Amino acid sequence: MTEPNVSLLGRLSLAFGTFFSILGDGDFAASVLRLRSGAAPTPAPAPAAAPVAAPAPAPAPVVIKEATPEAALQLLGLLQRDARFIDFVEEDIAKYSDADIGAAARLVHDGCRATLREHFTIQPVRDEAEGSRVTINEGFDATAIRLTGNVVGKAPFSGSISHRGWRVADVRLPKLTQSHDATVLAPAEVEL
Amino acid sequence: MSDPRYSIGIDLGTTHCALSYVDLAASDGEKTEQQVMPVTQLTAPGAIEDLDLLPSFLYLPHESELTPGDLALPWTGERTFAVGEMARSRGAGTPIRLVSSAKSWLCHPGVDRRAAILPSDAPPEVARVSPLESSVRYLTHLREAWNHAHPEAPFDQQEITVTIPASFDPAARELTAEAANAAGYGQMTLLEEPQAALYSWIQKSTGGWRKQVKVGDIILVVDVGGGTTDLSLIAVIEREGNLELHRVAVGDHILLGGDNMDLALAHVVARKLASHGTQADPWQLRALTYACRGAKETLLSDPSTDAVPLVVPSRGSKLIGGSIRTELTRDELTQTILEGFFPQVDSSARPMTRTRAGLTQLGLPYAQDAGITRHLAAFLGRQVAALAELQGTQALGQLPLEASATFLHPTAVLFNGGVFKSPLLVDRIMSTLNGWLTADGAAPARLLEGADLDLAVARGAAYYGYVKRGRGVRIRGGTARAYYVAIESAMPAVPGMEPPISALCVAPFGMEEGTDAPLPEQEFGLVVGEPVHFRFFGSSVRRLDQVGTMLDYWSPEELQELEEIEASLPAEGRTVGEVVPVKLHARVTEAGTLELEAIPRGTNERWKVEFDVRGGAQG
Repeated sequence: MTEPNVSLLGRLSLAFGTFFSILGDGDFAASVLRLRSGAAPTPAPAPAAAPVAAPAPAPAPVVIKEATPEAALQLLGLLQRDARFIDFVEEDIAKYSDADIGAAARLVHDGCRATLREHFTIQPVRDEAEGSRVTINEGFDATAIRLTGNVVGKAPFSGSISHRGWRVADVRLPKLTQSHDATVLAPAEVEL
Repeated sequence: MSDPRYSIGIDLGTTHCALSYVDLAASDGEKTEQQVMPVTQLTAPGAIEDLDLLPSFLYLPHESELTPGDLALPWTGERTFAVGEMARSRGAGTPIRLVSSAKSWLCHPGVDRRAAILPSDAPPEVARVSPLESSVRYLTHLREAWNHAHPEAPFDQQEITVTIPASFDPAARELTAEAANAAGYGQMTLLEEPQAALYSWIQKSTGGWRKQVKVGDIILVVDVGGGTTDLSLIAVIEREGNLELHRVAVGDHILLGGDNMDLALAHVVARKLASHGTQADPWQLRALTYACRGAKETLLSDPSTDAVPLVVPSRGSKLIGGSIRTELTRDELTQTILEGFFPQVDSSARPMTRTRAGLTQLGLPYAQDAGITRHLAAFLGRQVAALAELQGTQALGQLPLEASATFLHPTAVLFNGGVFKSPLLVDRIMSTLNGWLTADGAAPARLLEGADLDLAVARGAAYYGYVKRGRGVRIRGGTARAYYVAIESAMPAVPGMEPPISALCVAPFGMEEGTDAPLPEQEFGLVVGEPVHFRFFGSSVRRLDQVGTMLDYWSPEELQELEEIEASLPAEGRTVGEVVPVKLHARVTEAGTLELEAIPRGTNERWKVEFDVRGGAQG
């Protein structure tokens, strides 16, 4: 930020760092959005730095996050490359026997699992076994725990776990070069 | 140069490279601060990931094959080639542009290692690269990836160790050192892979190894990599109250590894498919090889599974309609892998050799006999007397020698390489070896547990750089061969017969790094201005020959012919054509390569004698 002219390499690394910070940090994403819309000429945020303390302009309206298509497209590309995911979903399975579909599903399952395990660390939200009784204390994270059924009264709530939930602890998506067109999920192959 | 902050170990493998490092300042004694560096690499055009391994593949794309920027790395946009995961996956579809197994080519005596010959089946318009150049590119990528990840500790200022197979001959060692030098590796040392595996095991035990081995143990290291099988024997003795490790013998170079096993399985399955009327094309055969690798790992690690379904996806977008379904059964696996690669043989078994057909295709000299246990039997049989010298000089009776032994008796076994994740294969080797030992009246050998099978070599290499600075036990041993040059015997010529030759020892067995061999008495005549070639031999069994020892007769088991060496005296101060008497002097450099020099009589001049790596002389 002390250098007014960031080199191409510097910009590249800034772009990557910022890209992942936006993905991983809602507040940071919001400040970038503000920066882009020209609302506040704040200094450029450092890549992958802690959330930038936005110069809080009075009770801001809730920022609706715009989903960035790049990471989603990238994941679709990986699932297609390693699990033939789009081929599988796009194929009309009505005319095939369950055995044929099962064989292909094996391939897709293996590939999807390998892709997810390679690029994400996925953990259950609750470590208890499904069906066990738990107490939900006051101040619980309503994003991570959804109460269903007889939702009345006040915390602590007592209930049984019907689904453990999943959360991503770590994302390791490949970085992309600037020129890369993520909308091509799989290139057409032409054998010469 | 400032003091290095890290000791970096690089496993330059046939199929994968890995880099591990020890923080020298943060390590103390047997507590080491060690990491494996994820290597930043292209995994697809324009996509960059950090993976623990760098696949040793080089892809040479067509100029219109990729869009600009597809080959860019975080530190350079100038690459015209790809190494690593993208090279491997891209090359699977276009093998004519893919360089693989460069390391096996680097030690192939039949080809010129500095000539642009790879990929060997590329059409003329592909600009080929030399085996040396491909190694340079992998090593360069690792250096650049390090510098990108550790800008505060420049690579060339760190302590660097690069591993090589124990069976590499002097020329292949020299070429590896040359590649490292060209890749900008400043101070670099070579380390044999089985030794690195043992170092890693020692380091991982954080001191506990002293309880697992005892004085008199003979450790057999069996290292089966992707492309090579490497055997070494290391003796444990005690001197001045400390355990000492001595590498006493190394095996021959065997081009046989995990990839051969996957390929063998794929062919078995492809034959099965063909008998049902489905012909797999080359693309499907590759997919089948990949599927077989997974199925092999499942069957080898889970004895309760009897068959693993294999699905070879169709190439087109119709996944369900076009896929080939089959399975790999336990019977097929047992037949192919256990009986094919690890047959239960006697200790007297030896690998079968066929005379190669007159016109062999210019390819890699893969082992003709796939039976790893037969290669092991041959190695232990050949080295039966390997301990005698150590016993006499340094071990002083600590080693359990039996006069009646028909092969050298290991007492402990350390495995290395991903194939040994399978308890079935470990059991097969252990039971075969222990069968031999029982038949010979010796106690069974035990398995050294707790090895890191995938990354041990890189980790051990980094740890070696640390112990080299005097902070841990070192494996001693020096060169594992004695070296000889051929001289023509002074005998009357017999018409129609090659003049008989004698072999003069120029470098004895067990020369340590940074030592010089004494000057031999024997002189050679060198013609000024003309390169003179000598036939060159190595022996992995003649431990007692000193410099100047002359052999008039030897068995093919004792001495193996290596590539020729070439000496040339420049004309400086001499007349071209003049014959100058020189002595041949050998030394082992700090990096671990053998250097030969010609010293003209009565001078202090030293002229380097080169290994001929142009592939003329076939051993």
